[in-house]
Amino acid sequence: MSTSTDCLPPFGVVSMTASVPTCGHLGAAALGFRGRIRAVNPIAGSLPPEELERRLVELGFVEGAMVELLHQGLFGGDPIAVRVDGVTIALRRREAAAVLVEAAD
Amino acid sequence: MNEVLPLARELRVALVGRPNCGKTALFNALTGSRQKVANYPGVTVERKEGALATPAGRLLKLLDLPGTYSLRARSPDEVVTRDAVLGRLEGETPPDLFVCVGDATNLRLCLRLVLEIKRTGQPMVFALNMFDIARHRGMVIDVARMEAELGVPVVTSVAVRRGGTAALLDKVDAALAAPRVPHAAEGWSEPDAAGVRRLQKEADRILRASVQHPEAPDTVTARLDKVLLHPVAGLAILLAVLFLMFQAVFTWAAPAMELIKAGFDALGVWVGTLVPAGLLLSFIQNGLIAGVGSVLVFLPQILVLFLFILLLEDFGYMSRAAFLMDKIMGGAGLHGRAFIPLLSSFACAIPGIMSTRVIDSRRDRLATILVAPLMTCSARIPVYTLIIGAFIPDRSVGGVFSLQGLVMFGLYTAGIASALGVSFLLKKFVFQGAPPEPFMLELPDYKRPDARNVLMGLYQRGIIFLKRAGTTILAMMCVIWVLASVPRPPEGATQPAIEYSLAAKIGHALEPIIAPIGFNWQIGVALIPGMAAREVAVASLGTVYAIENADEAPEELGAALAGKWSLATALALLAWYVFAPQCASTLVVVRKETGSLGWMWFLFGYMLALAYAAAFVTYQGAVLLGLG
Ligand SMILES: Nc1nc2c(ncn2[C@@H]2O[C@H](COP(=O)(O)OP(=O)(O)OP(=O)(O)O)[C@@H](O)[C@H]2O)c(=O)[nH]1
Ligand SMILES: [Mg+2]
Repeated sequence: MSTSTDCLPPFGVVSMTASVPTCGHLGAAALGFRGRIRAVNPIAGSLPPEELERRLVELGFVEGAMVELLHQGLFGGDPIAVRVDGVTIALRRREAAAVLVEAAD
Repeated sequence: MNEVLPLARELRVALVGRPNCGKTALFNALTGSRQKVANYPGVTVERKEGALATPAGRLLKLLDLPGTYSLRARSPDEVVTRDAVLGRLEGETPPDLFVCVGDATNLRLCLRLVLEIKRTGQPMVFALNMFDIARHRGMVIDVARMEAELGVPVVTSVAVRRGGTAALLDKVDAALAAPRVPHAAEGWSEPDAAGVRRLQKEADRILRASVQHPEAPDTVTARLDKVLLHPVAGLAILLAVLFLMFQAVFTWAAPAMELIKAGFDALGVWVGTLVPAGLLLSFIQNGLIAGVGSVLVFLPQILVLFLFILLLEDFGYMSRAAFLMDKIMGGAGLHGRAFIPLLSSFACAIPGIMSTRVIDSRRDRLATILVAPLMTCSARIPVYTLIIGAFIPDRSVGGVFSLQGLVMFGLYTAGIASALGVSFLLKKFVFQGAPPEPFMLELPDYKRPDARNVLMGLYQRGIIFLKRAGTTILAMMCVIWVLASVPRPPEGATQPAIEYSLAAKIGHALEPIIAPIGFNWQIGVALIPGMAAREVAVASLGTVYAIENADEAPEELGAALAGKWSLATALALLAWYVFAPQCASTLVVVRKETGSLGWMWFLFGYMLALAYAAAFVTYQGAVLLGLG
C-alpha cells in the first residue's frame, strides 16, 4: 500500500458537505463524489487493520477502481452506498475511511 | 443410455460462487428441487443435495453451497463452502467437479473467486449465469477469450429459463469425461491482503480483455434507488410498506376467511346429521372442527403475509431495507446484517434464526438469535386476529385505515420495539465492551419478481401450515378434547359438564398463578398445549368453549370470547403473546444454532418473564381504567 504524501491522511478533518477535495478518503466524501481509489490503507477500528483491508479488497475496493458515492443514510450521512466498478456496496463511513480516493475530473 | 456408458460410481458436482449469482436457481433447474431462491446475498446457508442425470447418461449428485466472496470463511455458512472446495467436508468424498457460478452482469468479484478456487487445483467449469440479463443490457462477452485467459472451461447459462442449462450440462459432461480420482486440495493457504489484491488485478485484466460493457449502462436500479434509498423518502416508504403489509393481512384475507369459516360451520352441521349424538360426535364437532378448524381459518392471512415477504425478497428490496435500518439497528446494538434475519422472522423465527449464519461475529449472531423470536411470526396471527376480531370494533379510522388493522400494526411494532430494546440490554449487560462490527453488504440490482418462484414459495408455506394443523395441532387437540371430556359429570350434576373434567382441574390449579394477569382457567388450560405451537392455544380455546357450551346453539369462537372475557383479559392475553416463548421448534433450533442448552433456557426464561410482566401490567392497568 503506497500512501502518497500529497493526499490527506485518513483522519484529516474534512467536511462532508464542503466542495469535494481532490484527494481524501472515502469516509469523508460527499454525496455524489466520483473518483478513483488510490490506496486501501487499513486503519485500526472495529476490526484488526489487516482484516479490514482484506474485506474491503474482497468487495472490490482495489487501487485504480472507480468509485461513486450514490446514497447516504439519514442519520449523520451514514451508512453510504458506493458503486465500485459496477458493484454497489453498502458500508459505514468509519470503514470507508480506509479507502483513499482522488476525485475524477 | 446407461448401457452405453456404464458408470461404476455416482459422480459429485458442487456449485460454488459469490452470493446471489444464481447458484440455487441453477440447482433447482438442474435437479428439479425447490430450494429457496431470492434476490439478496445470503439466502442459502447450508449445503443441499440433489440428483440429476446428464445428457450423456451420467448420474450426478449435485451440491448447492452458500455463496462466498472468498475462501477465507468468516461466517459459519462460508465455512461450509470453504470445506467443500478444499474437500474437507466431514464424511464426504470430495467433489469430482466444481461448477463455479458467476453473475454475467457483474463479473468482477466472480472472476476473482474463480482465480482463487483455481489455485486450489480442483477441477472446474465456470458458468456465466444470468446471461439473459447481460445480453439484454448489451454486454458483449468473448467466451473463448475468457476461457483462454482463465484456463478453465467457460459456458453461459440462464437458470430461470427452460433449456437455459443445456450448454452447461454439456460442458459438465465433457469435464467429467477424463477420469480422475477426487482428492482434497493440498497446500492451500489463506491469501493475505496483497494476495487478494493481486488476484483482483488479474481478474480486472481478464475482464477488460474479454467483456465489453455497453455505452449506456442499466439505469433502472439507479433510478429506483434514487427514491427507495433516499434518506427521508426511503425510510418513509419502508414504513409504509410494512404498514400496508399488516393492513393487508387483516383486510385482504377477510373474504377468503369468511368462506373457510362458513365451510367448517356447514361441515359441523352436516356431520351432526350423520353421526348420532355422543362422544364420537363431540370429538368430531368440538375437537376436530371447532379445534383444528379454528386454526385453518387463518390460512389466507398467512398467505397474504408471505406474498408480501416473497415479493420484497425477489424484487431485491431486503438489502435496501437493511441499509436504511442500519443506524437504528446499530443504535440498539445489532449488526446491520441482522435486519434481514429479523424481517424473515415476521414469517417464522426458524428460518430467521438459520439465516443469522451469515453474521460473522459470534456475539452479534447470538444477539440476533436471542431477539428473533420476539418478531411477530405468522403463528401469532391466529391469536391476534381472534382476539382483535372479538374485542376491537370493526370501524375505520380517518376513513382509510381499519382500526383492527391499526391494532395489529401496533402489536407488530411492540414486537420490533421489544426486540430492539432487548438487544440493547444484551449489549449493555451481557456482551459488554465489544466494538461495533462493520456493516458491509452488496446491494443487488432489482429484478422483476418471478411469478413461478413466488407462487412456489406461497405453495410451500401453505403446505407447511396445513401440515402443522394436521400433525402438531391435531395431536394437541386430541389431548385437549380428552382432558376436557373426562371424567364425565356425576349423576345429578348442577354445573356444566366441563367443570368436572381433568382440564378444569388443571386450569383451576393454575389459577393462583394466572389470576394476577387476568387469565381465567380456560386460558390456563389452552396455554399448556400452546407451548408446542402458538396457534394451538386458539384451537384449544375453540375446543374448551365448544364443549362448555355444548348444550347451547353453536357459537363462533370470537363471539363466545367476547361474551365471556373482559376487555382487560383480552388485552393482557395480547400482551402475553407479544413475548411468550410458546414454540417448541424455535427452542430446538436455538439450541442447535447456538450449540448450547444454556442459551436456549436463557431465551425461554427471559421471554416468559417478559410475557408475564407485560400481561400483568396490561391487565392491572386496564382494570384501573375500569375495563376489568
Ligand atoms: N434473469 C435471471 N435471473 C436469475 C438467473 N439466475 C438467478 N436469477 C435470480 O437471481 C436471484 C438470486 O438467485 P439465487 O439462486 O437465490 O442466488 P444464490 O447464488 O443461490 O444466492 P445465495 O444463496 O445468497 O448465495 C434470484 O432473484 C433469481 O431469481 C438467471 O439466469 N436469469
Ligand atoms: Mg442460494
